[in-house]
Parts: sequence; structure tokens; C-alpha cells
Amino acid sequence: MPDESDATGGLSPRDDPDHRVRIPVTSLRADAPQFQIAAKNPRRAEIVASSGFLLAAAGFAGFGAAYWQNWSNFWLALTFSVGFAGLGYGMVVWGRYLMPRGPFSESRHRLAPTAVEREVFVQDFAIRGKVAVERRGFLLKTLGIASGIFGVVLSFPLLRSLGPLPKKTLTQTAWRRGSYLVDITGRKISTSDLEVGGFITVFPETDIGGAYSQTMLIRVDPPPASGYLTPPPQFAKQRATWAPQGYIAFSKVCTHAGCPVGLYEELTKQMLCPCHQSLFDVTDAAIPIFGPAPRPLPQLPLYIDDEGFFRAQDGYDEPVGPGYWERGND
Amino acid sequence: MIDALFNWFDERLGISGSGRKMLNKIFPDHWSFLIGEIALYSFIVLLGTGVFLTLYFVPSSKDIVYEGPYAPLRGQIVSEAFASTLKLSFAVRGGLLMRQMHHWAANIFVGSIVVHMLRIFFTGAFRKPRELNWIVGSTLLILAIFNGFLGYSLPDDLVSGTGIRISFSIVESIPLIGSYAAFFLFGGNFPGNAIIPRFFILHVLILPAVIVGLLSAHLGMLVRQKHTQFPGPGNTPRNVVGAPLWPTFVAKTTGFMCLTVAVTGLLSAFFQINPVWLYGPYVPYKVSYAVQPDWYMGWLDGALRIMPSWEIVGFGHMIPNVFFPAILLPGITFGVLQAWPFIEARITHDHAEHQILDRPRDRPKRTAFGAAVFSFYFVLFGASSTDVLANYLSISLNVVLTSFRYLAVGVPVVVFAVTYRICKEMQRVPTAGKRKRANVVLRSAEGGYSTVPAEQRPGDAVPRVEPLPLDEDIQFLPALAGAPRAGNGSPEEQAPEPPAEQSDGGRRGGVFTIPRVYR
Repeated sequence: MPDESDATGGLSPRDDPDHRVRIPVTSLRADAPQFQIAAKNPRRAEIVASSGFLLAAAGFAGFGAAYWQNWSNFWLALTFSVGFAGLGYGMVVWGRYLMPRGPFSESRHRLAPTAVEREVFVQDFAIRGKVAVERRGFLLKTLGIASGIFGVVLSFPLLRSLGPLPKKTLTQTAWRRGSYLVDITGRKISTSDLEVGGFITVFPETDIGGAYSQTMLIRVDPPPASGYLTPPPQFAKQRATWAPQGYIAFSKVCTHAGCPVGLYEELTKQMLCPCHQSLFDVTDAAIPIFGPAPRPLPQLPLYIDDEGFFRAQDGYDEPVGPGYWERGND
Repeated sequence: MIDALFNWFDERLGISGSGRKMLNKIFPDHWSFLIGEIALYSFIVLLGTGVFLTLYFVPSSKDIVYEGPYAPLRGQIVSEAFASTLKLSFAVRGGLLMRQMHHWAANIFVGSIVVHMLRIFFTGAFRKPRELNWIVGSTLLILAIFNGFLGYSLPDDLVSGTGIRISFSIVESIPLIGSYAAFFLFGGNFPGNAIIPRFFILHVLILPAVIVGLLSAHLGMLVRQKHTQFPGPGNTPRNVVGAPLWPTFVAKTTGFMCLTVAVTGLLSAFFQINPVWLYGPYVPYKVSYAVQPDWYMGWLDGALRIMPSWEIVGFGHMIPNVFFPAILLPGITFGVLQAWPFIEARITHDHAEHQILDRPRDRPKRTAFGAAVFSFYFVLFGASSTDVLANYLSISLNVVLTSFRYLAVGVPVVVFAVTYRICKEMQRVPTAGKRKRANVVLRSAEGGYSTVPAEQRPGDAVPRVEPLPLDEDIQFLPALAGAPRAGNGSPEEQAPEPPAEQSDGGRRGGVFTIPRVYR
């Protein structure tokens, strides 16, 4: 009996004649209009609700059959949903029409404490804190040292060990001086592989399928009379021999957000990134002419060796792909 | 039997007192209060279907040769994650249903949170004392968006893999720590093998745990602070008017939960979602046309697209282009969102407690501002399909993109002005939104006209019923509390009680029996 155990503690409210017990009591009257159900015709509402439940029963039984017989996803989903729809419909009708229609109210009490309550709390907190902490500066310091060391140590498993430092992987690709251009199967690409206006994704042999070394090799139409595609004036000096016989290669990693710049339009000689629609002009050093990409695609310097295979004169002379903090003006 | 069981628990946990208070918790009857419930119930669907999915999904990017029942991909090299997603879709009984329901429920989850948040915003429900709950709620929105992104990245298909690639670039773009953060998150340079298992544990354990915790806090604060309510006859700042938790609300809300499940199921029956077998496995050098994220990431994708091609370079460092639309914009968005209650209080100097909701028209500036901001994100969302629009409307991509740049600036301005104007107009018509009583014009035989009000339409003439307080505190003397049997009336009792049928009185000091009125 709770009362007895209260009494043994000597704290029973009954022992204190002035103590008043507050018990919230519902002032209910069965005949109050709020307690009348909303339905004018309860019998009908009951039939409607129960037919919802019967529909649910049928739906779930159908779901069982569909599962057992391994019917298609459509029938599984349909029977399942019919089951839940019937259940939900019945419950809502029940709650809406066959329960007291209300409205009811409850009172709202202030949540903010009174000045006294707050004062008492603050006092208690401060006094106990004073006793426990004040004049224990040395303890606090040693505690701080211990937790601080733990915090620093913890940052290794939680952070540092998660991955290697970037180092050179962001600035260098697998392309090296003399790398062969190979396709995804590892086959070396030669001058006979591309139609005029054609294009192909190529990799260095050491990194086939690589996310950063993927490069687009394009055969621009018409082939240049001079033997090399003419670079725009600002690159005339260093890029004069980079595009032999009308073949030109650009990094396929978009300088905007790193998507593969996978579309080449032969007519306009533009490369398009399908993610955010940046357009690069292949005949103009892949300078972005439209969209959010801020920098041209890096160009891979090519040469054709004696056997007619494409090879890289060197790796890319700038980091490929999107920008990052450590990357300055190259 | 049930009595005995209840007693057993009650004696040990003391349920009756606080439990009865809980039974009386009032839920206002307004449709807009249901939107948050949709979010809650779609989250339950997510948990249920998600547990099913974890039984079969393999979070690994290890390459294997696909040998499953889907013929077009047989023999191809795919990751274990992708292969297990196909297995879930084709070989596991009910697996496709669970996958589709999970994905649909995620879309509904984020969507209902957004609409719920708009309701809270436009009615001013975030004002004192509910600022904390606004912060918790908007944090839930952020987590829901994040977890949605992580979730649809897991199957390792071509579309989601491209999304992961973009997310790497976005993390990489953060000044100072970006490249380190990206390498630590991905366990090395993109793509690596770590990201699928890491996203998996974040998606199924860590973020759901945080969401459940915050959700509990959200609902706990709701119970503690009680609901707000719209102004209306009988609604005062000192009360809450509506239906009690037991039994009316329980019946309605359980039904509503079932209906939410049913709608999710029907969507999964009729509308295919995320058919990853059509996209194929992710390969870093491949990409498909019309690469779009789920809708709740659309505004970010749109922002990435319409951002001018700027980039800040200097002092040997770079702030990349994607930083502005993908880090700065969401940072400002969510920052302002979380701080909004305080921003508004600072502007209006309104630091009072508010339990009664605003009608949006009565706060034209807030309403216009909210509508303008929302329209901005809506334009960004539209901009995430520039390529599809250009293709569909057969106009040049350049025109579409340029127009979106102008729209992003122009639409919010127009929306602000128009919304403000509409609010002002509506204020002037007090009956706006209410049904008007029709007039019947009669022409007499002599040609004269007279007007009489039409008959009341059904539903218009329902007499208003005063709300009945469920929790009136009455005070009584301890001496009376000691009485062995209940219900024989303390002097302060306000309403005569119906005859008591059965009593739990002896156990609790014999004060009252609860009248059984729900017969």
C-alpha cells in the first residue's frame, strides 16, 4: 500500500492537517454535449468503420497470398496498401464519428519558474559548487590535463587515421612522359582508331579506369594543314606541338565539380559536362564558354611514335579536376 | 487480469498520476497539425523498411562479376553494394517493395518536414517559448536531407556515384581544411573503397540514432510546452482546445499512421523509383544524361548550375567555385533558419510568450519574406533541371540557364511584393475565407426587386459547443481523501459524478473513481 509506505517515512500528507492534496479531476458529465458522439447514425458509422477493417483483413490476406505465391511487386504493394488503407480508414471513422465529439480543453500552466524557485536553485547550485570545486584548483588542473591528453589522443583514431594526407595525389595523375594512350580494355590507341570527328576515353597503362587520369582523345575535323592544331595565342609557345595531326586530348575531369565531361559535339567542337552543363571549346584550349566551370580543362601533350601509337609528351602541367584551397595560381 | 497487471506496474512505477495527465493531453483539431505527423509516420516506415534492407544489403565496393537474375547486366563487373541492391530488387521476395517504400518514405519524410516547417514559420509557432523546438526541428530537417543523400548513394549506381563524386569536390572546396576533410572522409583520394561502408554506418546507425534522439526531444518539448492553437472562440492563451489523447486522438492518429503507410505502399505499387539496374553500376569515367539528385538536394544542384564561373585565387590559395553554392549557400540557409526565432524577435522587439498562432495575413511582412525566400529555393530547384527543360522545350540551354539566373534574383522580389499585397487585401476583408450567406433576389409582379437571405446551408448553423475542461484541479481536505470509497462528493467537486461502477479507490487513497462515460 503506497499510503503505508508513505506513513513509515513520516511524510504522509495525511499526517499534516494543513496539507491539501491536489488531484486533477475530470469534471465529466455523461450527458454533456461534448460527450455525445459525432455520428448522427452510430449504427451506420459502425458499419462503415467495420467494413474498413474487413477490407483490411481482405488486403492482408491478399498480401499473404501474394507473398506465398511470389506475385509481382505491384500485387504485393497493392494488397499491402489496401490492408493499411482499410485499417486507417476504419480507425479514422471510429475516432471521428464514434467517440466524444468535444471540444475539450486543458489548461496551460506557466513553465517559467517563479523568482523564488530560480533563486533557490541557483543558490543550491552555487553553494554546493563552492564547497566541491572552489579551492580545488590543483584538482581542476590535473583533471584538465588528463582530459586534454585524452582529447588530443582521441583525435588520431577519430580523425587522422581515417585517411592519408593528400600529398601529391591531388596535383599529379598517373600520366608520365612517354605513357601510351590505352582504352578501357588496355589496348593501345593508334592513329587508325578514330574517325574524323570521333572521340574516345583513354588512360595511361598504369591506371586504366582511373578517376583522375581519364582523358578524352578527340580527332578534330578538319585535320590541320600544318600538321598540328593551332593553339590560341596565349598558349602558342608551349602548346604548339601538343595536338599532332588534328588529335587533341583533354582531361575528362570537370574543373567545376569533378564529373566526367563525357559529351562531345562534333559540329560545334564543344565538350559538355552533363552534371552542371559547363561547355568547353575544344578548338580554343578547352576554355569554358558557358556554365559554372571556372577553368579550362588541362590539355595532355601528345605525340605519335614511330609505330603510330599515341603517347604523352609529359603528364598534365597543372592539377586536373576541381579546385581546392592549396591550389594557387598554379 | 489486466487490472492486476496494471497494478503491478503502477505500484512499482507510479503510472497513474502522470499517466492520467497524459491521457488528457489535448491535440488541437486543425489539418495543418497533421503534417508533422506525416513526418513522424514516414520516419517509422523508414525504420521498418530500412531494417529489412540491412538484412540483404552488402555495404562493400568490392568488385564482383554480376551473376544474378537481371539479364542485361549479367557478366558485368559491379560492386557488391550494387549487386546486393539488384538482389534485393529481383531475388528477395518483397525486397523491391521494401526498397521502393523506403525511397518513397524518404521523399515524403523530407517533404513533410519542409511543409511542417513552413506551417510553423507562417503561423509564428516558433516564437517564445518554442525557439528551442524550432532549432531541434530545423536540425532534424538538415539531418533528414543528409541521411537521404547518404541513403541514395549506397547502391553505388551510375547516378548516385556521380553524386558522390560531386560531394567529394564540395568537401574538397572548403577553405583551409577541404582537401584533408575530403581525404579523411573518403579514406584517400576519390573514389577509394571506404566510402560505401562509411556512408552505410552513418546512414543506418549514427544519423538515425541522432534523429531518434532529437525526435524524442522534439516531442518531449511539445508535450511539456503543449500545443499552440489558432485564435478562435474558446481558445485562449491559458488553455488548449481540441481532442484528448485518449481515446479520440489515439484512434485518429493510429488511423492516420496506417493511411501514411498505405500511401507509401500505393506509390510503390504504381510509381517506380530509383531503378538502379537501368542506370548501371558506377564507373568513374562514365556519366549519363539528366543526372539529378533526389528532389530535396535539387536546390543545391540548381545552385551549382546557375552559379557564375567565379573562383577566388590569390596568395597561393584558391576558394573554388563550388564553395559558394554548395558550402556557403547551405551554411547561410541553415544558419538563418536556425537563428530565425531570434532574428525575428530582434526585429519586432517582441519577447513575449505566444501560445496563440498568427494568421499569416496578419503578419504580412513575415509572410511575404517567407514566401520570397521559399520562392528563391524553388527557383534553384527548378534550375536543377536546366538540361531537361531545354530539351523538353526545345530551346537552347544557354537561354534556359541565363533565364534562371535572372529568375533567382527577380522571382523573390516579385513574390515578396505580391504576397505583401495579398495579405493586406485579405486583412481588409474580415470574412475572407469564410462561407458567405447567399442572398436571393426576388422580382415581384409589379417589377420591383427585393432581397432576402437564402436558407442556411447544412453545416453553417451548427451551434457552437463550449470546450469542456478536462483537467480542473479541485482541492479537498486530506481527511476526505482517506475515505475508503470514492465518489461521494467532496465539497469542491464541480460536477456531479455519475454513479461509480468500480473503484481503484482503495489503492490510491480512495479519492475518486473515474466515471465511465465512453459507453
